[in-house]
Amino acid sequence: MIRLKDVEMEYDNGTRAIKGISLTIEDGEFVFLVGPSGSGKSTIIKLLTGEVEPCRGRIMINGFSVSNISEKQIPLMRRTLGIIFQDFRLIEKKTVYDNLAFVMRAVGASPKEIKNRIPYVLQLVGLEKKAGSYPTELSGGEQQRVAIARALVNNPNTIIADEPTGNLDPERSLELMSLLVKINQLGTTVVVVTHEKDLVDRFGKRVVTIDSGHVVNDSVGGYVGGSIHG
Amino acid sequence: MAKHDIGYFAHEGLSNMFSHGFMSFAAVGITVACLLIMGTFTLVAVNANELLRDLEQENEILAYVDDSYTETEAKALQTTLEAVPNVASAVYISKEQAMEDFVAQYPDEDMFQDLDPEILRDRYAIKITDLEQIRQTKETVEGIPGIARVNAYEEIAGGFITVRNVATVICVALIVILFVVSVFIISNTIKLTTFDRRDEIAIMRMVGATNGFIRWPFVYEGFMMGLLGAVIAFFSQWGLYAAVTRGVDNNDTLQLIHVIPFQELWVPVAAVFAAAGILIGVGGSLSAIRKFLQV
Repeated sequence: MIRLKDVEMEYDNGTRAIKGISLTIEDGEFVFLVGPSGSGKSTIIKLLTGEVEPCRGRIMINGFSVSNISEKQIPLMRRTLGIIFQDFRLIEKKTVYDNLAFVMRAVGASPKEIKNRIPYVLQLVGLEKKAGSYPTELSGGEQQRVAIARALVNNPNTIIADEPTGNLDPERSLELMSLLVKINQLGTTVVVVTHEKDLVDRFGKRVVTIDSGHVVNDSVGGYVGGSIHG
Repeated sequence: MAKHDIGYFAHEGLSNMFSHGFMSFAAVGITVACLLIMGTFTLVAVNANELLRDLEQENEILAYVDDSYTETEAKALQTTLEAVPNVASAVYISKEQAMEDFVAQYPDEDMFQDLDPEILRDRYAIKITDLEQIRQTKETVEGIPGIARVNAYEEIAGGFITVRNVATVICVALIVILFVVSVFIISNTIKLTTFDRRDEIAIMRMVGATNGFIRWPFVYEGFMMGLLGAVIAFFSQWGLYAAVTRGVDNNDTLQLIHVIPFQELWVPVAAVFAAAGILIGVGGSLSAIRKFLQV
């Protein structure tokens, strides 16, 4: 479960990115986080991943209190999360298999566990035949599916996707979002930060709209309000 | 740390090393050069120290016995002299013996052949333990009743001490400077690797890898570069030392210099090179990776 309570965040340069946000995301939920550029969406992601600390308020993620987490606990907290980036961030000199294997190794998985887990996850994202390919040999959609597989491979409680469809055409975006819904149906909490209004409306999930560091809308069924394009 | 992790870290470390072949070559090369310079100066200092120790042992104080003392009285002074602090030994030399030794030094000088030993004094050749206390020892010996005069070559002794101290200071200063230079260069080489792998490091941090896990491949890389540098430096040092030893042995004017055989020195040299190489490598890698580990 993710819980933000009266969270405020101000950067060193004086920018007040988050101005008192309270938000709860239950286990197994699928939530779209939308809002214009500079609204504070990225800061929320950074707060959730422990990259920055809130100035005020409390953040709980999957049993960890991020507000006063120790340096040693941060890796343990991050193991409960799977992060997907807009620019995929795959290691080009590693094959698809090795891109997944290295993140499993990073959290201490044994070679046997790696060997058993990766084919399953690749099958889940429909890339079982691409295990030996390098990222540069794949299309944008396939690369993003590898990124999803990488986010899933350590079996996290929550997937956080930061603009996952930003570099994809509409068809691939739809495919990818459907894949995230499928993953959510298997029990994983999914938080998607996106600009794409059509996509948000199509899935009829919970939508939290952020603007100027505040939650301006939290509803189910589609985006409510003005333009979310930044 | 699991067994499979050690294999992974070693593999990653080795592949990092080869992925920046030229920089790794430069880092290993500079480590070899630094260890070789450090080793050469240290070996020179060790040999100089040994030479100085020999000279120290040969350096003696001459204490002349008062003319009024009979031979028996003069010989009785031996116990008193040997009880003086810092005196290692006191050997009695009669005036006859002293004359014989003097004449023997000039076998071709006829005018020295018929000298009367009475013009000389009975004396003691005193060897001391610590050359730095020669002045105090001289003063104590001078104060003993029956000792007329003491000759101690304080300036020569002071010279020995100065040479040894200067050699030690230069050696320590060079070791410190070259050590810092080596760490800096290895650190920069590994910084290149960390820069090249910054995406990987960022992803590892994001999926929950511990700092230790992220650090180890780079530590291995530095370790292997340092160790490789130490091994090459050791064999180069051996070759260089053997060549210098041969040169000294074959040179007639340097016959007085006794060079310690490398067989007596190779164990400490190997141990110090390995320790210094590893320290340089691991120190360099830890300094390079530090900023990437900030959460």
